[in-house]
Amino acid sequence: MSLFSAQLRREWLLLIQHSEEVLNPLLFLFLAISLFALATGGGPDVLRDYAPAIIWVLVLLANLMSLEGLFRRDYEDGTLELLVLKAEPAFLALLAKVLVHWTFSGLAMTLLAPLAALILYLPVSALPMLILGLVVGTPALSLIGAVGAALTVGLKRGGALLALLVLPLYVPVLIFGAGAVLEQMAGIETLAQIYWLGVITMASLTLAPFAVLAALRVSLEQ
Amino acid sequence: MSFASFGDFLAMGGHGLYVWLAYGSAAIVVAANVLSVRSARRRFFRQARALERQKAAQAARSVDSNQMPGEETK
Amino acid sequence: MTVTETLKRWWHQLGSPRWFYEISGPWQTGFAVLALLLLAIGTVWGLAIAPMDYQQGNSFRIIYVHVPTAIVSQTVYMLMGAAGLVLLVWRMKLADMVLAAAVPFGMSMTALALFTGAVWGKPTWGAWWVWDARTTSMLVLLFLYFGLYALRQAIPRNEAAGRACAVLALVGTVNIPIIKYSVDWWLTLHQPATFKLTEAPSMPPEMWLPLLLNVLGIYCFFAANLIGRLKLTILERESGTRWVRELIAGRSP
Repeated sequence: MSLFSAQLRREWLLLIQHSEEVLNPLLFLFLAISLFALATGGGPDVLRDYAPAIIWVLVLLANLMSLEGLFRRDYEDGTLELLVLKAEPAFLALLAKVLVHWTFSGLAMTLLAPLAALILYLPVSALPMLILGLVVGTPALSLIGAVGAALTVGLKRGGALLALLVLPLYVPVLIFGAGAVLEQMAGIETLAQIYWLGVITMASLTLAPFAVLAALRVSLEQ
Repeated sequence: MSFASFGDFLAMGGHGLYVWLAYGSAAIVVAANVLSVRSARRRFFRQARALERQKAAQAARSVDSNQMPGEETK
Repeated sequence: MTVTETLKRWWHQLGSPRWFYEISGPWQTGFAVLALLLLAIGTVWGLAIAPMDYQQGNSFRIIYVHVPTAIVSQTVYMLMGAAGLVLLVWRMKLADMVLAAAVPFGMSMTALALFTGAVWGKPTWGAWWVWDARTTSMLVLLFLYFGLYALRQAIPRNEAAGRACAVLALVGTVNIPIIKYSVDWWLTLHQPATFKLTEAPSMPPEMWLPLLLNVLGIYCFFAANLIGRLKLTILERESGTRWVRELIAGRSP
């Protein structure tokens, strides 16, 4: 467990040093929300109807944006190779990396969600469902995204490729996450989608670290 | 037979455009899968033989000038 | 010789590209002939002989190209997931080649299934595109194929590209059931029960038999096409070896 906590500490300190990597995706989230408001004319009715979709899609995209840097720096300075080869077990150290990534992407976005909901006129009654969905669903985004980031870390122009690889795999999270809020807005009281998000997150938690490790081994050989 | 005449068969009860569009596109995709493999295979053998001939010619030249065969090709 | 030894030897041989190249020729021909027969009978039967659907009229005949291509494109992706697992665990060369060779076929079949679905949707639903569950799943599947294709293009080294694609194919295969389920669920939320294309109430045998023939036919076609692509990949990757050079020299120009 000391490996896990040591890695956690290291990642945490690194991300605080490079705070722009954390801030840029969050700024993007709000910038893009404003663009939606501008493009639709800012009418409360339209924005309210589309608020769950806008927030969830942009959370997906902002998450994608933050993924590019997940392994990049460690790959360039060689620490990633060390981690994959020396850390025992390596997947635990990787899990720590992803956890820190999630704290600064998924969790940060969840904390900012009330603000996003406010400017998109989302009804207050639907807000708990949005936050619950984000808390339960965004870890899956970080975990699945880490596989894509690991596959593309060695490539020069990996950005667009990363989106192509990862976004189709995000589809279930998007459907259940936005669906939960929509049902709440339609007056249907159910937690079914949240349970499904939980299932997806648990499945990613158990399987993704091994996929990330396998992908990193391939990327490091190149 | 479900059609009275060949004209009926082509018209497909007014849905001819859709039916033939679907079957036509399927025929094209199937043919493209067959032909792409076949042409790539032909290309491979053509290029490989050209390469062999080139090597043979080079080897012949090097024998003419009293060198050990194969030295130049390295 | 014990059973396990036989199995081991067989497994080892299966990993040898040369052995596969030499034994697969007759299989390719066999599958190709079978595919031609099945598809010819199934298509003629479906197009001209099978009775018209009482609700959809003759546009119903698109089922005989749409359903087989949709089924085979999903099977091919699952097969690539299995090949990916074999490659990652046992490092079998042939699995890597299957992974590379199956992508173009699967991608073209998925695109074809989407296209024929759209063409069928126009007379049935009145729109070229409807976001129903199956269509949407197929669209995501097409994107998964694009991802595999793009990843292989982006990685210069064959061996690394193969294993990267293996990881992606495995992750995709695990995700396919979840995607299908989520999309099915999404449909029930957003849309009232639509007319289902492929579940005509109690289809009579003269309607579903040609469908069965075409499904079997397209599988045979896939097998023949895959073997053809595999043989080509083997030639390209082993082009420096003696047996391939002898093969090239032996072929009459």
